[in-house]
Amino acid sequence: MYLDTLVLHAMPSTEAQHPIATPEDMRLVDALRAGDEQVFRDLVERYNASLIRVALMYVRTRAVAEEVVQDTWIGVLRSLPRFEGRSSLRTWIFRILANQARTRARKEARSVPFSSLAGGDAPAVDPDRFLPVDHSAYPGHWATPPRSWGGLPEEELLARETREHTLAAIDALPASQRTVISLRDVEGWSSDEVCDLLEISEGNQRVLLHRARSKVREALEDYLNGRAA
Amino acid sequence: MSGSPEMLSCREVVELVTEYLEGALSEAEEVRFEEHLAMCDGCAAYLDQMRTTIALAGRLDPEAVDLEACDRLMHAFRGWKADPEGRAE
Repeated sequence: MYLDTLVLHAMPSTEAQHPIATPEDMRLVDALRAGDEQVFRDLVERYNASLIRVALMYVRTRAVAEEVVQDTWIGVLRSLPRFEGRSSLRTWIFRILANQARTRARKEARSVPFSSLAGGDAPAVDPDRFLPVDHSAYPGHWATPPRSWGGLPEEELLARETREHTLAAIDALPASQRTVISLRDVEGWSSDEVCDLLEISEGNQRVLLHRARSKVREALEDYLNGRAA
Repeated sequence: MSGSPEMLSCREVVELVTEYLEGALSEAEEVRFEEHLAMCDGCAAYLDQMRTTIALAGRLDPEAVDLEACDRLMHAFRGWKADPEGRAE
């Protein structure tokens, strides 16, 4: 996994869209083809939750998302003979998931998301925290600026409770925002990989990421200010 | 923090943070963004908070798989091993 990330970062941006399989990926695929149960279990533990998160963008309920993910794993196993290493193993697994989820969404006659990004217009910060745009001296500047977190003890930021608040804020996001922030910031995917998987433009991806990060920051600010008070 | 027209307002700056961090701003926009930041403690703190937020998200573990789902999948794995082409279905 570490190697995978390094390779991704080292790659020129033109190629980053299709990161190819690493030697480690090929080793895993060979082990799976040979029926190595532990390798399969490790992959499931590593990716199952993220796969469910992505599936939830396309289907309505968690139960259906879990079914789609189950079918994805079966699809992964059945497709092993066709894995040629032209993408990373991770990209390949998530593509199978996205295809399964889109098919399922069509069957459910549910329109695939991202057609409406109208919700993306919400401001990153509560407008009440700024001076009015027609303010004589400082239009649109902070009325209530954020307090620096620089003075917080490191343990506070790394505390389990802070982590739980971060996770809760991510879980509370609309599915498309939650998926993008999970893939980008929790899993460390590149922007190209996310756009490719979700079939969205870079601009749309950025809007979703921006809304998501802004809301998580706000939740953390509420929590941390409460602690400092 | 003057209110001159070419100066970004804080309200605008907070909407550009992700584009800035993604390197998606034009060179001219980036200069304006950084000029504002150099003079505005509030926005500097804001950018810093966004960076911390991203770092905190990066420290989260992917949620643990529920064991029942894992068992079902291991069962499916053994089924696949016995019949890789799925002919038995």
